[in-house]
Amino acid sequence: MSEKVEKDEISGTQTTGHEWDGIKELDTPMPRWWLWTMYGTIIWAIGYWIVMPAWPMISSYTSGFLGYSSRGVLEEELKEANAAHAADREALLKADLNKVHDNAQLYQFAVRGGKSAFAVNCSQCHGSGAQGAPGYPNLNDDDWLWGGNVDTIYQTIRYGIRSDHEDTRVGEMPAFVTSEMLDKNQVNDAAEYVLSLSGRDTDKEAAARGQAVFKENCASCHGENAKGGRDFGAPNLTDAIWFYGGDKKTILRTISKGRHGVMPAWINRLDDVTIRELTLYVHSLGGGE
Amino acid sequence: MTDETVENVDVRPVNKKENRPSLFIKRTKIQPKKARGNFRRLKWIIMGVTLAIYYITPWIRWERGPGAPDQAVLVDLANERFYFFFIEIWPQEVYYITGLLIIAAISLFLVTSLFGRAWCGYSCPQTVWTDLFIFVERAVEGDRNARLRLDKAPMSASKFSKRLTKHVIWLLIGVLTGGAWIFYFADAPTLLKEIFTLEAPVIAYISVAVLTATTYVFGGFMREQVCTYMCPWPRIQGAMVDDETLTVTYHAARGEPRGPHKKNESWEGRGHCIDCNQCVAVCPMGIDIRDGLQMECITCALCIDACNDVMDKIDLPRGLIGYDTYTGQFDPAPKTKLNVRFIRPRTIAYAAILALVGSIMLIALISRSVLDVNVIRDRNPLFVTLSDGSVRNGYTVKILNKLHETRHYEITVGGLKNPRIWLETKGSGQGSLLVTVPGDSLTSVKLFIAEKANNLEEKSTDIDVIVTDLDSQQRETQDTSFKGPQK
Repeated sequence: MSEKVEKDEISGTQTTGHEWDGIKELDTPMPRWWLWTMYGTIIWAIGYWIVMPAWPMISSYTSGFLGYSSRGVLEEELKEANAAHAADREALLKADLNKVHDNAQLYQFAVRGGKSAFAVNCSQCHGSGAQGAPGYPNLNDDDWLWGGNVDTIYQTIRYGIRSDHEDTRVGEMPAFVTSEMLDKNQVNDAAEYVLSLSGRDTDKEAAARGQAVFKENCASCHGENAKGGRDFGAPNLTDAIWFYGGDKKTILRTISKGRHGVMPAWINRLDDVTIRELTLYVHSLGGGE
Repeated sequence: MTDETVENVDVRPVNKKENRPSLFIKRTKIQPKKARGNFRRLKWIIMGVTLAIYYITPWIRWERGPGAPDQAVLVDLANERFYFFFIEIWPQEVYYITGLLIIAAISLFLVTSLFGRAWCGYSCPQTVWTDLFIFVERAVEGDRNARLRLDKAPMSASKFSKRLTKHVIWLLIGVLTGGAWIFYFADAPTLLKEIFTLEAPVIAYISVAVLTATTYVFGGFMREQVCTYMCPWPRIQGAMVDDETLTVTYHAARGEPRGPHKKNESWEGRGHCIDCNQCVAVCPMGIDIRDGLQMECITCALCIDACNDVMDKIDLPRGLIGYDTYTGQFDPAPKTKLNVRFIRPRTIAYAAILALVGSIMLIALISRSVLDVNVIRDRNPLFVTLSDGSVRNGYTVKILNKLHETRHYEITVGGLKNPRIWLETKGSGQGSLLVTVPGDSLTSVKLFIAEKANNLEEKSTDIDVIVTDLDSQQRETQDTSFKGPQK
């Protein structure tokens, strides 16, 4: 601090002694009520410590007399939201799933609930947009392994596919080479035939031989004309959609070593309302039958 | 050792008492004297008009038809609508508010560059309410001198009753101020009833209480402190003012040297200011305009009235204190005519911005559509291959019907060769392409479009989704794209 007090000529206010390019900083005193305002905020803060959660302790914190906690508020809000939805949930539980569409409000409630349940439980395999991946069906398209109407989807979600539930859907693509049912040449012929089914260029002779192999070994599940068999979850081999992949290498691998994809049964993991919501959501994605 | 050998050191403590600056100053109570004159009259009129606008506006009715409120100005927070006479604003149209704020700010800039702090001096709520509070104070306790005496007097029954009356009226004004505010947010007649039957929402009572407190404290006690210390505007205004700006000013060249003047004494060799301090006494900010343009001055012009009064009494021309520009104030001759350049680059620029924003707002308001359509493409998955090899895209179509009646819309698609389109309304199959939207609401539908892969030339095709109002044939076209596999 400078020893001499310097006063600004125009304002009569003392300067701080700081100067930049000839501009001096005035040391204008503040109004006293500012000080009182600050004391006020300090008193307010002390009051705040007493009524609100404030100080961290070693294993917990001071909880305050009002008993406020943001977690508690969230729980309260969730409870309120659930209570607000209680009627919808009740209605959905009692409704005929095939007729929920007629009640626009309930249908919207179910589809939205299904969407969030899907993100939590299903998206890990089927993808966040239900777009699927090789071995995990795309649920947006119009091709279904086990069927795409509301009841079938409901059944599939409840009991799963090749799951550990006794009512699960079962079907098996055998490993024709590993179990020595076919030799590699026969598998190659069959693969050529499968390729020809969706109208692609193939070795015609091999495909003709493959047709015989197909009739004998595959048609029982996939059907005479290879349109698939929903009783066994056998895919339609004549369309543009491939479950594991439609190139020859993948087809050869599928026939040789088989496929055993699993979908868990959800009946013991999710409540019925959620499964119903999921059913309607999956049905709404564009391929519902 | 003797005293003489002790050396006297030339040193001073760094924090010597008289060197210590005072960090805080106490507020000096200002007791402004009543002014009489043209500006005082103008301020009464403006006070009346602004207060009337504030109190009456929520009670103006405006017929909008069934299902819509009939209050001319209403901020309907619960239903997310803002009504202003013929204008109705939805939350997504908040840019109208932005436009309004820009217009308000630039108008303030323009007025300030022309007339200085006219906003502060005449129409700022702080000024208007403080003026009202001082009016009450004067009516109850008398003018400046009486009030100064009352302040000094010991407490007595009469002093107590005067004080009590004053504070009760102030609080009443506060309650009415807060009370009027809440009517902007709900149907005024209904709310008025609810307030008295204790059925109004808690937030209404809280709002009234908070505004009562702020009005009472700001108008009764804080007054000029709000302008000087709390408000940022006086500091910003410094940038709006230039040498050509009109402001309340003391003509120092004519007034100085000042000094007391006896009757019949000559005016030769001296200024016209008789140092009567009337200009200081009437000042609600408690400053002396003769010190020059100051940050504290709100240009309320009451010192002009006070000085003109004095000039009339001593037979000198008016206008020793008056509105003038910075350049004009150094002219020693009494002002008869103001010489102001209103058209300057700065004012032209402000006016141009105002005109531009104003026209954009006007065009936007006139062409405001009663139908809003928003098309959101599904991004996950981008597209779906169907079993017959065709490609399907999904879209969420949001239709916003801003009319107060139910309307029927048809959705069509342009830009594809042979598309199959349907709505996901019944869970599956080919839903109707007709959508019914109730009045004043938004309906969201899922639109599916499928096209043969062979008909797609590119990975992405530009398409239009067209929504037609079947009643009015109004069409809204939204462009979006149709994605397919790599070509």
